[in-house]
Amino acid sequence: MSWTIDDVEMSSRLVMGTGGASSLSILEDALVASGTELTTVAMRRFDAESRDSVFTMLQRLGIRVLPNTAGCYTARDAVLTARLAREALETNWVKLEVIADEDTLLPDPIELFSAAEELVLDGFTVFAYTNDDPALAKRLEDAGVAVVMPAGAPIGSGLGILNPHNIETIVSRAQVPVILDAGVGTASDAALAMELGCTAVLLASAVTRAHDAHAMARAMALAVEAGQLAAGAGRIPKRPLAVASSPFAGMVTAQ
Amino acid sequence: MTDREHPPTIVLNGEHHELPGATSALDLIADVTGRELQTDGTPADGGRLGIALAVDGEVIRRGAWSGFALADGHTVDIVTAVQGG
Repeated sequence: MSWTIDDVEMSSRLVMGTGGASSLSILEDALVASGTELTTVAMRRFDAESRDSVFTMLQRLGIRVLPNTAGCYTARDAVLTARLAREALETNWVKLEVIADEDTLLPDPIELFSAAEELVLDGFTVFAYTNDDPALAKRLEDAGVAVVMPAGAPIGSGLGILNPHNIETIVSRAQVPVILDAGVGTASDAALAMELGCTAVLLASAVTRAHDAHAMARAMALAVEAGQLAAGAGRIPKRPLAVASSPFAGMVTAQ
Repeated sequence: MTDREHPPTIVLNGEHHELPGATSALDLIADVTGRELQTDGTPADGGRLGIALAVDGEVIRRGAWSGFALADGHTVDIVTAVQGG
């Protein structure tokens, strides 16, 4: 089952970022193995030394670009970065990321909200990277963002989904797609995100920094698919005691 | 202010950079990227440039580069996409 943003239909629900890979060739292999149709990039000053760029590679692979505002601490910087990305990459889509400090890389809710409002007014399709806070997620949605992207855990931490209940609450109240963003460490984290009802999962480091990026990219693709199937399959309720799956009738007993 | 002894100097991507003379934003970007550009700011080879320009913190749209004269003291940032989460 595909999902859609701005009439753009995507069948893969794994959004794999380009960050953290030690080389472009490892990145390319992982992106292809992941089957992703949408990937994040950061905007930085042009360096003539690196003309063989990630942008050129993504065009060749036909993967849609989602520029981010990574590294911005203020709404002002994030808005400028988003506008530069729109101009450079010819897309209105932006992953809005406004961090509070470099130790946690968690979003600064005040600056994030302010930037979201401004970018929505300026015509951007905003994918808002946010805390796993249902109240803030709702406020961002009300401000007009296209996608709410709560962190499972701090970026690059690989801690998984620290507050599944909050993610579930965000999903249950959202009218826009929810993408679990940040914190994924291994395939079961990605599957859990989908089981909690997320529309997609965004990850980078979990694949690009894995010992075998290719294998982890495949694992993530399968996990996202498995999680989505499970979410729609109607799981059994959790019970405090066992429920036998074999009939008791007709048993042979020792005399 | 410029004179014959002091060519116009801008801050380009955080570094001081002397301009050879009257330079448009288009000239500078073509020089920095090593790509031939048409007056509308698109590459002559028909590909995509993947570059954006800010002068003193304001984005200058691609179509305006050829008519934008860089001047002494301008802070110029030329940015592109790099790997990032």
